[in-house]
Amino acid sequence: MTCRLNQGGVIDRSKPLNFTFNGKPLTGYAGDTLASALLANNIHFVTRSIKLRRPRGIMGRGPEEPNALLQIGEGPSTLADQRATQVMLTEGMNARSINGWPSLEHDLLSALSLGSKLMPVGFYYKTFMGPKGWWERYEKLIRPIAGMGLTPDGPDPDLYEKRDLHCDVMIVGGGPAGLAAAASLIGTGLRVVLAHEQALWGGGLLASRTQLNGQPANAWLEETLAALHAAENIQLLPSTSVFGHYDHHFLGAIERVREQRPNAPIRERFWKIRCQRLILAAGAIERPIVLPNNDRPGIMTAFAVRESIERYAVLPGKQAVVFTNNDSAYATARCLLDAGAQVTVVDSRASAGTAAKAMLPEQTTVIYNAKVCDTTGKKRISGVTVRQTDGTFTRMDCDLLALSGGWNPSVHLHSHASGKLQWDEALATFVPQNDLAGVRAIGAMAGAFDFATALTQGSEVAREFATELGSKAGTDLSLPEVSHAEPGPSQLQPLWRVAGKGPAFVDMQNDVKATDIELALREGYRSIEHVKRYGILGFGTDQGKFGNIIGLGIVGELINKHPTEIGTTTYRPAWTPVTFGALVGPDTGELFEPIRQTPMHEWHVQAGAVFEDVGQWKRARYYPKAGEDMDAAVARECLATQKGVGVLDYSTLGKIEIHGPDAITLLERVYTNNWQKLGIGRCRYGLMLDENGMVMDDGVTARLGEQHYLMYTSTGGAARVLSWMEQWLQTEWPDLEVYLTSVTDAWGTISLAGPKSRELLESIGTDINLSTEQFPFMSLRTGAVNGVPARVQRVSFSGEMSFEVSVPANEAAELWAMVMRKGEAFGATPYGTEAMHVLRAEKGFIIVGQDTDGSISPLDLGMEGMISARKDCLGKRSLMRSELQRPDRPQWVGLRPKDPTKVLPEGAQLIEDPAAKPPVAMQGWVTSSYFAPRLGHAFALGFVNGGRARHGESLYAWDADAGVIPVEITQPVQYDPEGGRQRD
Amino acid sequence: MGRLWMNTVPQRWHIDMLMITCPWCGPRDESEFTYGGEANIERPTDPEALDDAAWADYLFMRSNPKGWHEEQWCHAHGCRRWFKAERHTVSYAIRRTWPMDEESS
Repeated sequence: MTCRLNQGGVIDRSKPLNFTFNGKPLTGYAGDTLASALLANNIHFVTRSIKLRRPRGIMGRGPEEPNALLQIGEGPSTLADQRATQVMLTEGMNARSINGWPSLEHDLLSALSLGSKLMPVGFYYKTFMGPKGWWERYEKLIRPIAGMGLTPDGPDPDLYEKRDLHCDVMIVGGGPAGLAAAASLIGTGLRVVLAHEQALWGGGLLASRTQLNGQPANAWLEETLAALHAAENIQLLPSTSVFGHYDHHFLGAIERVREQRPNAPIRERFWKIRCQRLILAAGAIERPIVLPNNDRPGIMTAFAVRESIERYAVLPGKQAVVFTNNDSAYATARCLLDAGAQVTVVDSRASAGTAAKAMLPEQTTVIYNAKVCDTTGKKRISGVTVRQTDGTFTRMDCDLLALSGGWNPSVHLHSHASGKLQWDEALATFVPQNDLAGVRAIGAMAGAFDFATALTQGSEVAREFATELGSKAGTDLSLPEVSHAEPGPSQLQPLWRVAGKGPAFVDMQNDVKATDIELALREGYRSIEHVKRYGILGFGTDQGKFGNIIGLGIVGELINKHPTEIGTTTYRPAWTPVTFGALVGPDTGELFEPIRQTPMHEWHVQAGAVFEDVGQWKRARYYPKAGEDMDAAVARECLATQKGVGVLDYSTLGKIEIHGPDAITLLERVYTNNWQKLGIGRCRYGLMLDENGMVMDDGVTARLGEQHYLMYTSTGGAARVLSWMEQWLQTEWPDLEVYLTSVTDAWGTISLAGPKSRELLESIGTDINLSTEQFPFMSLRTGAVNGVPARVQRVSFSGEMSFEVSVPANEAAELWAMVMRKGEAFGATPYGTEAMHVLRAEKGFIIVGQDTDGSISPLDLGMEGMISARKDCLGKRSLMRSELQRPDRPQWVGLRPKDPTKVLPEGAQLIEDPAAKPPVAMQGWVTSSYFAPRLGHAFALGFVNGGRARHGESLYAWDADAGVIPVEITQPVQYDPEGGRQRD
Repeated sequence: MGRLWMNTVPQRWHIDMLMITCPWCGPRDESEFTYGGEANIERPTDPEALDDAAWADYLFMRSNPKGWHEEQWCHAHGCRRWFKAERHTVSYAIRRTWPMDEESS
């Protein structure tokens, strides 16, 4: 059965569209929403409610829709919870109900609705409280029932885009107010953007018989849109939801690109809009009246019914009851009558306004002083009971109930940016109080429900803003003369709910009933924010666009307070749900994060290296040979370094060049130790603290010249250390003449470590004298290596004799290849970061960020010798605090498992008695742990309370997976404590 | 100097809301800047002469006003220069920005 009218509407009858609903093939027209197409096929019942499984129908006409949340499409591009009232119908669309098992019509769980009284708000939490740990079991049963749609089964195949947009005037809302504002700015030279949530422009005009200049509104719409399209300074964004209004005139919007261009390569575009002036013309949403059994399919808001008939040419019922407390619903009654339906108007007031009365022929049945107090029907409403003030009850049949309890201006975009609201007694709702600076709310959003006022406001605010922005006068726009306008929500008498038996739903999406609000108040909640949270009122994807103001009205009645005293809950972005895909845009997969590769990266790939991410860097972790696992490869790489020569790509190490007469002063202030006596060509290890005295970074700094230093930082700390020093230089020490340059990417660094490293470097060819006498440990030489300029540094992170060779990045790959070729004779073995970590752990060296966590001081590390007594430095004063001097603070120790093969899990807790009952006092924790090949046993580093005085003591490492492992506390340096090997 | 530790976690999905006028580069989105806490906190010239309370006052105590607040910002993804701004902590309005070495008012 079709409910489509033969004429009227703004649908295109020459373009039929096929679609399916729950597998059933149906037809609609271009211009339909999914909701209007379903209604055209006489389908009201589209889902079951989330908790009580009650049949639910399409109720609203836009973003407020609480029921018709459908699953659209399949596979990886399926979309859940799509509001059918906002989804434009497309050819081949496949829509399904979300709740209903095994099917919507025959839902086995609908028995739950019989238990409605037994399942009030808070039911789940009260009932499934215990025993402890059982919630997880209940959850497994409850979650699938309380489903909210299906997630895609694969990565999103669609493309999204992000765009910045700067404009002079931003206008939100393409109804009469917004269109008039935009039209008034044509030719001003100002950059104007007009965004409209719907695919079609016009807003309320599309559902109205209002005449403009004596013509149907459509003529004015076409003329205005043609002028806007032609204007060079106006950008139109139809199908674009402005979802948030943030500080400093910043807005976020999502453009559904394919609504306008079905074959566009991009599905949605995320606009980040910054404007000078903002005009908000977001309209208003009609609210229903809450009454017992108010959720049956076939119950809609009066305006949804009117729009269905006027815009989509769909008659949603043949026998209608219109229940209202204000004048606006009389227009709905009129268009129902004109479309051939029988209509009874039930009006809670003693009388309607003159304009409202004039809408209806005299013989229309209008029952004043009456309320609809109950409904009947199962999967579609079949009748209502009307109670009059004199106490008489009348039962009447119907297949449609249109409700109007008044209108709520969509103040969200005003409120997002902290705009205040005030209660409008005539409308019984909140409207914007004072406009924010540079922002103006107009039209229905500001409580002006007649088109003439909306048009005038749009035009006036546009002119005002144009003048403020100093633009030239725009094209002279004569506003159209408005006639035949439908009455607005005038002469409203607040009516939030009708008492009676049966569940009266305030928030359909979450099955929140009026009695749940009563319960929340009985249980002591008073703040509307608490009532909202306890009652989960307005928590659905509709964010309470229907229910919140009604809930507020009900609370006010129950505790006898004026709504102003109660106040609203907070309006937060987003206005409507936003696709994650649009926010992420193209930043997925390879584009998720920039990737930094060293000059030798390709060699590592060819060598079969396994990589790890260190910040944005890709670093070779180990180089497995055939049949080797990580442990075997790491052990081989470590031993090769001890016996011959290991080769490490060290290019990622942060490098900062420091120039200037005050370079040494800067070093003295940011490092704990002395730098005065460091000679040219020498280098020194430095420890950097934050002002709280905690270790922030460490590394070696070399003196290249009189006023020229090269600071090495940890790989992950490079950017942080540079910013840190820049901040101090600019904010606190502007008198210092120092210049910092990041040269990390300019140099490729190859570390040769092991007893044969000198021979290997000599065989490659260098003009630098490599003898210990001429080139001692902890010094740096510049010269040529393999014929290219090089900085060679004798430091050691491995405990073996090492030469760190830095060459210009462009030369590094060639040098690396040369090292590996010449190195064959010396057993040169590439080693990765894992072996590097093991080698340094054997030497007891820390890795900032792995062994330290921002709460470790140099005293905890036993590095008090690194702190110069002669001078101040950042963080030094903090070390004097009694807390940091405590002898029982966690201190840096080595940990030797008593079973030499047992590698402790990193992060394991250290305790004294594994048999103790919880809570067990923690003695310390493990930060680094490996099988140490040069030592021949498992070894770990970590912290133990007062650990330096406890070498030789036994503790137990405890880990949920590994269990209990006995360990002995040792000193942290286990390999070559005297350091002879690195000095050679 | 307010900051003890800098946040290096990229926050590219975060919606940056403020429009900040760098004294050298002009108005730019907040996403180009890093925040440096309250301005005009001077590092003591001789920290060791201070008792713990005075040092803690420098290190941790900030005015945290409800209203206008002079604070430090860095145009980190622009000219990398630090400057001062006066921002309202309730409305987030920024009424003035000026170079580090200029007087506050």
